[in-house]
Amino acid sequence: MKRRPATFRKLSNTLVVGLSGFSALIGLFFLGWILMVVIIRGVSAISLDFFAKLPTPPGVAGGGLANAIVGTLLITLVAVLLGVPLGILGGVYLSEFGGRSKVAAVVRFAANVLMGTPSIIIGVFVYAIMVFPMGHFSGYAGAVSLAVIMLPVVVRTTEDMLRLVPNTLRESALALGAPRWKITFQIVFRAAKSGLLTGVLLAIARVSGETAPLLFTALNSPYWMKSLSGPTANLTVTIFNYAMSPYKDWQQQAWGASLLIMIGVLSATIISRLYLKERKKR
Amino acid sequence: MSEAVKTIFYDTEKPNKPISEKQTKIPGLSARDGSLKWAKESGTLEELSPKISVNDLNFYYGDFQALKDNSLEIYKNKVTAIIGPSGCGKSTHIRVYNRIYDLYREQRATGEVFLDGENILSPGYDIIELRRRVGMIFQKPTPFPMSVRENVAYGLKMHYKLSRSKMMERVEWALRQAALWDEVKGDLDRPAAALSGGQQQRLCIARAIAVEPEILLMDEPTSAIDPIATSKIEDLVVNLKERFTIVIVTHNMQQAARISDFTAFFYRGVIVEYGETEKIFTKPEEKQTEEYITGRFG
Amino acid sequence: MVPLLILGLFYSLTDFSMLSIRHFGLKFIFSSAWNPVKHDFGALSSIYGTLVSTFIAMILAVPLSLAIAFFLVELVPPSIGRVVGSAIELLAAIPSIIFGMWGLFVFAPFMADHVQPFLEGIGGNLPFFKGPPMGIGMLTAGLILALMVLPFITSVASDVFRMVPVQIKESAYGMGSTTFEVARKVTVRYGIDGIVGAGFLGLGRALGETMAVTFVIGNSHRISASLFTGANSIASTLANEFTEASEPLYLSSLVELGLILLVITIGVQILSQLWLSRMRKKSGRGL
Repeated sequence: MKRRPATFRKLSNTLVVGLSGFSALIGLFFLGWILMVVIIRGVSAISLDFFAKLPTPPGVAGGGLANAIVGTLLITLVAVLLGVPLGILGGVYLSEFGGRSKVAAVVRFAANVLMGTPSIIIGVFVYAIMVFPMGHFSGYAGAVSLAVIMLPVVVRTTEDMLRLVPNTLRESALALGAPRWKITFQIVFRAAKSGLLTGVLLAIARVSGETAPLLFTALNSPYWMKSLSGPTANLTVTIFNYAMSPYKDWQQQAWGASLLIMIGVLSATIISRLYLKERKKR
Repeated sequence: MSEAVKTIFYDTEKPNKPISEKQTKIPGLSARDGSLKWAKESGTLEELSPKISVNDLNFYYGDFQALKDNSLEIYKNKVTAIIGPSGCGKSTHIRVYNRIYDLYREQRATGEVFLDGENILSPGYDIIELRRRVGMIFQKPTPFPMSVRENVAYGLKMHYKLSRSKMMERVEWALRQAALWDEVKGDLDRPAAALSGGQQQRLCIARAIAVEPEILLMDEPTSAIDPIATSKIEDLVVNLKERFTIVIVTHNMQQAARISDFTAFFYRGVIVEYGETEKIFTKPEEKQTEEYITGRFG
Repeated sequence: MVPLLILGLFYSLTDFSMLSIRHFGLKFIFSSAWNPVKHDFGALSSIYGTLVSTFIAMILAVPLSLAIAFFLVELVPPSIGRVVGSAIELLAAIPSIIFGMWGLFVFAPFMADHVQPFLEGIGGNLPFFKGPPMGIGMLTAGLILALMVLPFITSVASDVFRMVPVQIKESAYGMGSTTFEVARKVTVRYGIDGIVGAGFLGLGRALGETMAVTFVIGNSHRISASLFTGANSIASTLANEFTEASEPLYLSSLVELGLILLVITIGVQILSQLWLSRMRKKSGRGL
């Protein structure tokens, strides 16, 4: 039989190996570039005023984004209060009671679909059911849309974390005569507590960086909010508005806000990922 | 602890030039006129030539030394069995022969392993060609995720320039040699995963021999297979040795006794004894060998 | 539980009900008009933008991700692989608006100053690379999308590569294959289902991505072959114009756009779920 020389094969192997390493470098390069840019440009915008003052008209110095910062925090808080309990309940259902049933399968499917839905569509949806009928934008609407985004994430992580709890634990509690709901909430929960918290943290991280769903629910405002039932200032929409504006100092503020958001989101993500990895090792 | 078996290593290109000299311990083996003559227990005389010569092989997993001062010879067109209790280094040893351990950074080997006179452990050695010449069969069958035909043709396409028809001929030849042809000839395009365990293992053998290797390494090839398929594969091994040199690691001593010509007994990374199979199983020289054979440990 | 179901359904119902585009009917999808003053709306330009930017993103991201996964799993020791892998995954955590900021203020100028003139130089006769190098536009949007999709596919592909049994890989090496050959002929085949699943995941993300695209796509309702000109995706149209939509028809058209995007996304989702369940069934039997 006639032999094929191996030189071509070895060469193409070397080439591909090189290209792959290069690709990895590209990925890392862009990561570094983005992080650097945000840090460098954002830092110069951060000052005490940034945290304490309200926005001033373009050109006037000394403005800050205090209202937006508070707004984001408030909206996120409400979203968590809405989304997390519902999500945990959903996860509990799937893990403890639903199991393999058809209903559970449908719910899981729906959750996956929901997770893959673009966030702006969710914003449109909440607009349709809350803003339009109510006649005005509101922080509550914004919180609802964030909650909707959060929901499937919390459900999924809750289900995963609860499933990790060994069945023997449940069985021994059953053997002692404890009712199902008690077992779930007192025992299984406690066992999976940190995992659940991590899941919640991850969901918060995902949601606090979102802009699109807030665009036409909470809108934005240059003032302090009197309540959440009107347009509410928030960091992400502010970034959008300011960045699109022609004013340099507003753009500057947008960078500062970006830095804040990025720090918040990335640290929450890193912490929860580290934790999840540690759990997986056990 | 007995010492490692020592043999005389000859440069097969230059029959009268010994590479290193150590006393041979295989009874009846003598070197005359540059070739090895083997006076078997049964009384007949046969000519042997070493295919692989291992010289002071040491192997490490990180800091742990798995093989110590291994020296032996694998003879052409013979079946050599490697036996010993679990974890004694059998698999580790034969994995040096195709340098598959190269894939893992913490694993390294020192010493010399000569294949037809060339040291395969030397830095510049062509590993791809080595692996074509030395085929490997694993304990669990490893069919690739493709059809039966594509599996057998895998190595052919890589190493040879063949026309369509020649390729098909070769695939058929390999499958016949592996005693699998009749069972798969109806549908060569079915996925290999659809075959039974025994068939998959024979497929792996067909795949390995299609590229005309010189040596076949088999690492416990029948331990995951049912007994009927096992005996088919054992018959196969005995037939294959006419064309190939076979080294087989096995847990199953009866298997070693049935099909091999030479047997090496490993214990804790050291070759305790190496010799003609018939002798090892009836009149072993080392006490440890005897204890293992009779089942007193392992 | 049930909330999920309700939400899932509520969706389509409510969006749907907002659409009094019985006014435009099917023509909506095929019309490229977009004139708020004349009350003439058509979805084509936005759909075009969504599809083209996604296409560019996937063409770039898929090979790159596979190359990176190959590198991380097969070429470097596992410790380095894991660390670099986590770093790449970090890209996935960066909020889209940050990509937008970076894209608009840093990357787009870079594109305008260096990359686009270069592309025009080498391929200037192709319709793709004609036009003034403004930096923002379809190409830039596609590139940034690729960057955003990359970590998802890489992460899944890495997992898939790692799941191939060691013995199968060793068998392939044992036949004398190079590392690339093992990956190409054996590993990828073994895990092709997972890789396609990853592709779907990335696809879904790219289709719905809003903020990053909005910042750099240029907000123009034209359909043009040139990748340098501005365009619009469904998401960016919504982002830019929703709050401006003063009267019912305008608003309704926008919502209908959203519905179209929803349908596309859910369609992709369903396909990917079906594919994944087929994959799970397959790994159940044999091998």
